[in-house]
Amino acid sequence: MTAGQAKSIRAGTGPADQLRERWLAPCGLAVLLVFVAVFPLLFPNPTATNFGVVTLIFVAVAAAWNIFSGFSGYLSLGHAVFYGTGAYFLVVAARDWNLTGAAVFWLVPLGGVAAAIIAVPLGLVALRVRRHTFVVITIAFFFIAQLSASNLGITGGSSGLLVPVPTSWNPATYNNPFYYLAMLLAAATVALSWLVRRSRFGLQLRAIRDDEDRAAGLGVRAMPVKLTALVVSGFITGMAGALWVYFIGEAFPQFVFDPLFDLAVVLMAFFGGLGTVAGPVLGALVLEPTQLYLNLQQANGYESEILFGVLFLAVILFLPRGVLPTAAEYVTAARARLRRGGWPGRTGASQAQAPPPAADNPAGTPAAGSAP
Amino acid sequence: MATEIEQAIAAGILGGGIYALMAAGLTLIFGVLDIINVAQGIFVVLGAYLSYVLSVHLHLDLLVGLLITVPAMFVIGVVIYWLFIRPLRGAERTSMTLLACFAVALIIEGVLYKEFGSNYVSLSAWYTTSSVHLLGFYLPDIYLIGFGLAVAAMAALYLILYRTTFGRAVRATMQNQVAARLIGIDVNRVSAVTFGIGTAVTAIGGMVYGAISGGFTPNSGYDLISRLLAIVILAGMGSIGGALVTAVLMTTAEALVDIWQPDWSVAVFYLALVIILTVRPQGLFGRRAARAQ
Repeated sequence: MTAGQAKSIRAGTGPADQLRERWLAPCGLAVLLVFVAVFPLLFPNPTATNFGVVTLIFVAVAAAWNIFSGFSGYLSLGHAVFYGTGAYFLVVAARDWNLTGAAVFWLVPLGGVAAAIIAVPLGLVALRVRRHTFVVITIAFFFIAQLSASNLGITGGSSGLLVPVPTSWNPATYNNPFYYLAMLLAAATVALSWLVRRSRFGLQLRAIRDDEDRAAGLGVRAMPVKLTALVVSGFITGMAGALWVYFIGEAFPQFVFDPLFDLAVVLMAFFGGLGTVAGPVLGALVLEPTQLYLNLQQANGYESEILFGVLFLAVILFLPRGVLPTAAEYVTAARARLRRGGWPGRTGASQAQAPPPAADNPAGTPAAGSAP
Repeated sequence: MATEIEQAIAAGILGGGIYALMAAGLTLIFGVLDIINVAQGIFVVLGAYLSYVLSVHLHLDLLVGLLITVPAMFVIGVVIYWLFIRPLRGAERTSMTLLACFAVALIIEGVLYKEFGSNYVSLSAWYTTSSVHLLGFYLPDIYLIGFGLAVAAMAALYLILYRTTFGRAVRATMQNQVAARLIGIDVNRVSAVTFGIGTAVTAIGGMVYGAISGGFTPNSGYDLISRLLAIVILAGMGSIGGALVTAVLMTTAEALVDIWQPDWSVAVFYLALVIILTVRPQGLFGRRAARAQ
């Protein structure tokens, strides 16, 4: 390619394009944050805020799952273990320490700590194996946890435990404390995931995802890196579980340790875009309200189960890399076509398809081609 | 008379036969296609419900019904492979195929709930309640029949794999897919038929499971798949012979623990999995992959 051609390509990403790339994502993010913040004021209806609380909890969980599985490529189908650990910690601690009302919220971070502590031995065992075997081990941990919750005395067994819900609170605004705590958790998790993706640590995780042996050869200490990601992910998932169980007000083994929970989280990440920052958030924001709405419409669980499976298959078959990476690809391809307009040529086309620099992409929306 | 422990060992070995058959299907699919078919559990339940429909509505004997359910499950397996597994390619194929199988399992589970509800049903015939006394052991007929069926099916599987041209193609694909393609093996066809065979064995497994489990629901798939996965991982992925031995070992261990701790006996599978993999990550009979990624 000649120097003149290269110059005209650079001219293609003119100030207007740069402006769009640099400001579009932060502005969109700000609008979304403001909307989420005022949502309970706009829709004070308890059903709406109820949806809001659960959806925000899933935003946090999907983003947390993605910090570990999305970045490292180790697909965990056992995050319900951390969710359930946080949940049971809150229920049992609130009962044994006689906490009620707003004081119970202090147990939420402690529930996260409990889940993080559980994550250490789990990670030390499971992270020794890769690929399929890792997935199956996480499933095995899940079943051990569910079995223990059904059979141990401390969890009340299969008859479940009740959480003393704050009865003195105003029913009209009852959901609001949960809502804003869930929002805080979700926002913090997304911010953390953005930081991790940009950091050296995130780079190490993605190196492990692409080729662990080669990453190790280049000096990445794989085990500590993977374990740290798992513990962080487990910590957030545990907090989400603790908040959720206080909101729901009851803990039964089959709901606290629910195989559909694992799948739902994975689907959210895959739907939006695995290993991206915005993808799991989008997935949770779209899929969780849909799921809740379907459950509300149909008393029988099987129809939503079938729909869920069909949706999952559709995403895997038609959007295997998720909505955001696929959309980004279309945008890049469309721009390339526009630019090629008065200036056809193969070199131009191949240049235009190259991913835009990641630094111009503050929301972490992945550039086309950067996803695997 | 046999003691309680001897009795448990006998039941464990006989019950292990049928798990060995189901696990053999799972590990065969893994070996050839490099995917974990997490839908194997619900396939077993689907096979059990097919047997149930045939025996309740058409009054077919369970063993005669197998003549219909085995080909039916084979076709279901081939169709599922062709529609949902075959199109998946690329770097994320491992996780994609696993999730696709999970999605298929969810759909089947939902359809079964829709058709049959969540009540426990079980399969019955004259041989599901009777038993024989043999060498002082008290052995239910259905356990003996199930063990016999499993042995027969595995013998057939062995003959297909080691005595036919198709079996040679399957083994070649297991060893090296690219090389198999290069010498003219239609890997897609081999994969489809293998997935069909791996699914067809669940018809037999489902029939026996439905008769010995004392009742099943669409939800039973989770319990089954977790045991089956534990068996194939413990054995070492892709090792068919290892899966047979491990299945019998694990069901026997479970039957023994069941004497003292009925609530915790299932945990034997998972605990063994965790303990053995910390010592030997490639499983009991697995070979360490040259460069597992």
